[in-house]
Amino acid sequence: MSEATAHHDAHHAHHAPTGIKRWLVTTNHKDIGTMYLVFSLIMFFIGGSMAMIIRLELFQPGLQWVDPQFFNSMTTMHALVMIFGAVMPAWTGFANWLIPMMIGAPDMALPRLNNWSFWILPFAFTLLLSTLFMPGGGPAGGWTMYPPLVLQLGDAFPFLIFAVHFMGASSIAGAINIIATVFNMRAPGMTLMKLPLFVWTWIITAFLLIASIPVLAGAVTMLLTDKFFGTSFFSAAGGGDPVLFQHIFWFFGHPEVYILILPAFGIASAIIPTFARKPLFGYSSMVYAAASIAFLSFIVWAHHMFTVGMPLAGELFFMYATVLIAVPTGVKVFNWTATMWQGSMTFETPMLFAIAFVVLFTIGGFSGLMLGMTPIDFQYHDTYFVVAHFHYVLVTGAVFALMAGAYFWLPKWTGHMYDEKLGKLHFWLSTISVNVLFFPQHFLGLAGMPRRIPDYSVQFADWNMVSSIGGFVFGASQILFVICVVKCVRGGKKATAQVWEGAHGLEWTLSSPPPYHSFSTPPAPATIEGGMR
Amino acid sequence: MQNTRSGANRRLALKLMGLTALMFGFGYALVPLYDVFCEVTGLNGKTGELSAAQAEAMRPDLSREVTIEFVTSVTAGLGWEFKAPSHKLVVHPGVVTAVEFEVVNREARDMIGQAIPSVAPSTAARYFSKTECFCFSQQPLVAGKVNKLPVRFVVDPRLPANVDTVTLGYTFFEALPGKAPPDKAPTPSGERLPRT
Repeated sequence: MSEATAHHDAHHAHHAPTGIKRWLVTTNHKDIGTMYLVFSLIMFFIGGSMAMIIRLELFQPGLQWVDPQFFNSMTTMHALVMIFGAVMPAWTGFANWLIPMMIGAPDMALPRLNNWSFWILPFAFTLLLSTLFMPGGGPAGGWTMYPPLVLQLGDAFPFLIFAVHFMGASSIAGAINIIATVFNMRAPGMTLMKLPLFVWTWIITAFLLIASIPVLAGAVTMLLTDKFFGTSFFSAAGGGDPVLFQHIFWFFGHPEVYILILPAFGIASAIIPTFARKPLFGYSSMVYAAASIAFLSFIVWAHHMFTVGMPLAGELFFMYATVLIAVPTGVKVFNWTATMWQGSMTFETPMLFAIAFVVLFTIGGFSGLMLGMTPIDFQYHDTYFVVAHFHYVLVTGAVFALMAGAYFWLPKWTGHMYDEKLGKLHFWLSTISVNVLFFPQHFLGLAGMPRRIPDYSVQFADWNMVSSIGGFVFGASQILFVICVVKCVRGGKKATAQVWEGAHGLEWTLSSPPPYHSFSTPPAPATIEGGMR
Repeated sequence: MQNTRSGANRRLALKLMGLTALMFGFGYALVPLYDVFCEVTGLNGKTGELSAAQAEAMRPDLSREVTIEFVTSVTAGLGWEFKAPSHKLVVHPGVVTAVEFEVVNREARDMIGQAIPSVAPSTAARYFSKTECFCFSQQPLVAGKVNKLPVRFVVDPRLPANVDTVTLGYTFFEALPGKAPPDKAPTPSGERLPRT
């Protein structure tokens, strides 16, 4: 990717540092966006290799490949790396690249902060991943870090806590920057209700980040002081309560799942109208639905802990509030479907991923409804059914939307069309294998297989083997994505400015690739009107 | 134009940082909020504390019997013996009952213990109160010595009608790991805990 962007530098001939220093000190939103995306792709493969180890061990009953402690650290680290290292930075990368171009701004509002928020991440993940090589191994008590188990962690414990602090600081800084950019940097004429939905979903995500990540920072700080400074927030011996941690953690944790998925809604709302060649159905209802989901996400946290013991009234409240989220989510799914209805659709790779996103995310939503019902949850809690559910919403939800977005905007970013054949192969292999991977986990969960275990009873053997085979194929197919991206960066058919016949929006009025500094003068209001439909 | 915009950016960024700080504080505010919530609802078996006079003032309900079960446990890795007076006891609501637990420290050194009570079902916790309990303070546990630990409790006659068995559990923790009690003080000393 450096080739393509170095080329822009030459165009502008300003005195920017070159080589590695350029990337270290850059404040350009496109450079920082690229760094975020490359970083998240690397993390996606690191987290993915951990998933491969998990599926390898679960291929057969019994302990074959790794010892249980290491297995547990793999499940824990896989979650932390994928959530905080792959999906969240990928969304920030998309936001960096796209939001200034979509709203007609020359750059992000706080460019220097932007540079910092990216460069914290490599340090955070060096801290986190280094724990795998420490005596006692990496964190193995689950990514949810429940005490008292997490307090038994050895040398890795402070590293885990500070890594979480750093990741949080990075995403809060990113969120502040995005809000400031959207509120203060919009081109004249770009009113709030004209913003592309990706920008809308990101503002809402940014507020979720600012409201929830500090609570996580507080929770892990309490863990730290409990372990090293004699406080007893979560220690019963000193008058604390371990269940309190679960409440604080999930007060962060539930908004977090919408932090991971809301930008995906924005991506789907950009891609589906383009390839259906129709305007998005129900724009304003999409905005209000996203805002309602964000609000509801703060009052449903205890549905993650129905089984810890709660008054009946509490269980009922959290059940109803949880199931209520299905309404705005349903509005979104119906709007996407209505957008496609009677459209003249074509099925390029981004559209394929976007449609798969809608279908498979909805399956994840349905299993979420099942889990949201208190009496049913008592059976499903901590089984593979939960694992199947959150992988449907996070892999075929968030990750598929990321793939869709990457294929959609790659020609804009690089100036070259990607290899459509390879892209389609990547799509079909991923979509088939991801279902082979996660669908059988519903059956395993219903049959009672608990999550986070390296070994299982023999009656679970068949579906685990099927699931593992799906996992290996899915893992391997992602290499095709890398090949596709690298090929696209290095060359290929020249992309036009609009790239896609049905594409509308300010970013498509710029050349492909866009100049290093775009919209130094704001676009004419007529362009904004033309971009909207 | 450029200056006013960068000023606006700075102001908005500062406001958002303020919001971040506020939410960090909110995370900590959840701690006392949770305690209040537990006290009101009896969640997690947090039991009430009454003065002896208040307990005596309750009107005994001799027509009703409630079974009290006792459960004792010691945190893993501690060589302590902790015994309940019996597995269960039948009491009348409103009548103050005294029982005596027993704990022996079989470790080689003197230690300090803290017992944490819990009542199940949680709907009963609000109606189960103690006027005297070894769990109200830290207990010096001299190595090898048998410690008699008295508890006086009363079940409120307003206990929901569908509850006929209440389980009282105690878990003994080492209060100040690695520390010995000061000079084998005969009276229990130490910090008083809230909500026990």
